[in-house]
Amino acid sequence: MAEKHIELPLTEEIIKELHSGDRVLLSGTVYTARDEAHLYLCRMMDAKEPLPFDLNGAVIYYSGPCPAPPGAVIGPAGPTTSGRMDAYAPRLLDAGLKGMIGKGKRNKAVKESIVKNRAVYFGAVGGAGALLSSCIKEAEVIAFPELGAEAVYRLRVEDFPCAVVNDSYGGDLYEEGVRNNCVNTD
Amino acid sequence: MPWREIHVDTIINAVKDLIIDACCILPEDSKCALEKAFQTETSPAARDALQDILTNAGIAASKRIPICQDTGLAVFFLEIGQDVHIVGGALQDAMDKAVALGYTEGYLRKSTQDHALGERVNRGDNTPAICHCRIVPGDALKITFCPKGGGSENMSAVGMLKPAAGRDGIIEFVVNTVREAGPNPCPPVIVGVGVGGTMEKAALMAKEALIRTTGEKSPDPEAAALEEELLEKINRLGIGAAGYGGKVTALAVHVQTHPVHLASLPVAVNIQCHAARHKSVVL
Repeated sequence: MAEKHIELPLTEEIIKELHSGDRVLLSGTVYTARDEAHLYLCRMMDAKEPLPFDLNGAVIYYSGPCPAPPGAVIGPAGPTTSGRMDAYAPRLLDAGLKGMIGKGKRNKAVKESIVKNRAVYFGAVGGAGALLSSCIKEAEVIAFPELGAEAVYRLRVEDFPCAVVNDSYGGDLYEEGVRNNCVNTD
Repeated sequence: MPWREIHVDTIINAVKDLIIDACCILPEDSKCALEKAFQTETSPAARDALQDILTNAGIAASKRIPICQDTGLAVFFLEIGQDVHIVGGALQDAMDKAVALGYTEGYLRKSTQDHALGERVNRGDNTPAICHCRIVPGDALKITFCPKGGGSENMSAVGMLKPAAGRDGIIEFVVNTVREAGPNPCPPVIVGVGVGGTMEKAALMAKEALIRTTGEKSPDPEAAALEEELLEKINRLGIGAAGYGGKVTALAVHVQTHPVHLASLPVAVNIQCHAARHKSVVL
């Protein structure tokens, strides 16, 4: 299938054209955040403190990279299981977040929030961290350095390969994939 | 001298290298299983994912960087010859030192956190080593390292079935565990199954089953038949590589069994992602 080139940040026009199963290559800025960083971001929102990055149109990448070896921008940086961030994602989507990159199923509340807020959930191939890190051209820790691998990085990515898993129309690549490939055992 | 001495420094150096190699170089058996899956798979999306997975292994090996950023908790199986005498310090301390050195010098991710019950704090060196030790005849020390990522470990399960559930109950439990896991544990997976013993024995067998050469059948014909049936049923689920839908959801199923209490039927399922990293050293 042809890949769509997408320049970030995400806009309503871009999201309108994305459908579950599409292969996309993302270029622009994404922010890493996983378990602890999400907890910290939500605490900052509770305290009405400014967040370390602007959520409007932003894409969060659920990833905790390896340390960068000498001469490299970053270490291997593949996706982590997104479901652990389900408790926080609807709140961030309501506040302007437009895209998430990870791997694995989202719960009903997140899928509904994706449709309601016209957002998108991308899947990256889990366990392909060495390949994916070659698409990361710049990396800088911008918040919570004390969290180590869980710190928030601002990444500049080029042609970062993903598939659209959950689109703004309620499509779900995982469900469609199983439906089209399962063999009835009756 | 009736015993052989092994100094802890020898262990530290060998295990440090073992850790870095295992995290960066996908073993041949895992690679072959993925290549075979790529030949079998017909779903375009799953084929693309398998291609990415194989390309990734090539990049990791050539650059000597980790295959996956989740370089896991540091799990070891040690077979300690009963004629071995470890000198120069405590074995657990030596293993911990090797883990700290390997994860730091190899630029591996440190994922171990303190305070599981409260505010979690990264320990910074990925210690302690999780060591499963067995005393065996002989004067050698065999150490197998199998780093275990969180994504696949989280999808694992133990069920204390009733004996009446029987073989069908075991199959249902294993297949349901893989179905529920869906795309989360980075399929195509390897499924380690422990049947029998006690709760912890079943879990340990399921883990140990994962370090068997991928796709090698159990020498026990009953277990081998169960492996074959489970693999077929799991691959009918349609989950496929990366969960994008496809024929190959599991690369292999490895079953280990143990005699069991007359009242019990423990079944443990340990799921291993496609980055099935394991490597051994014999000292």
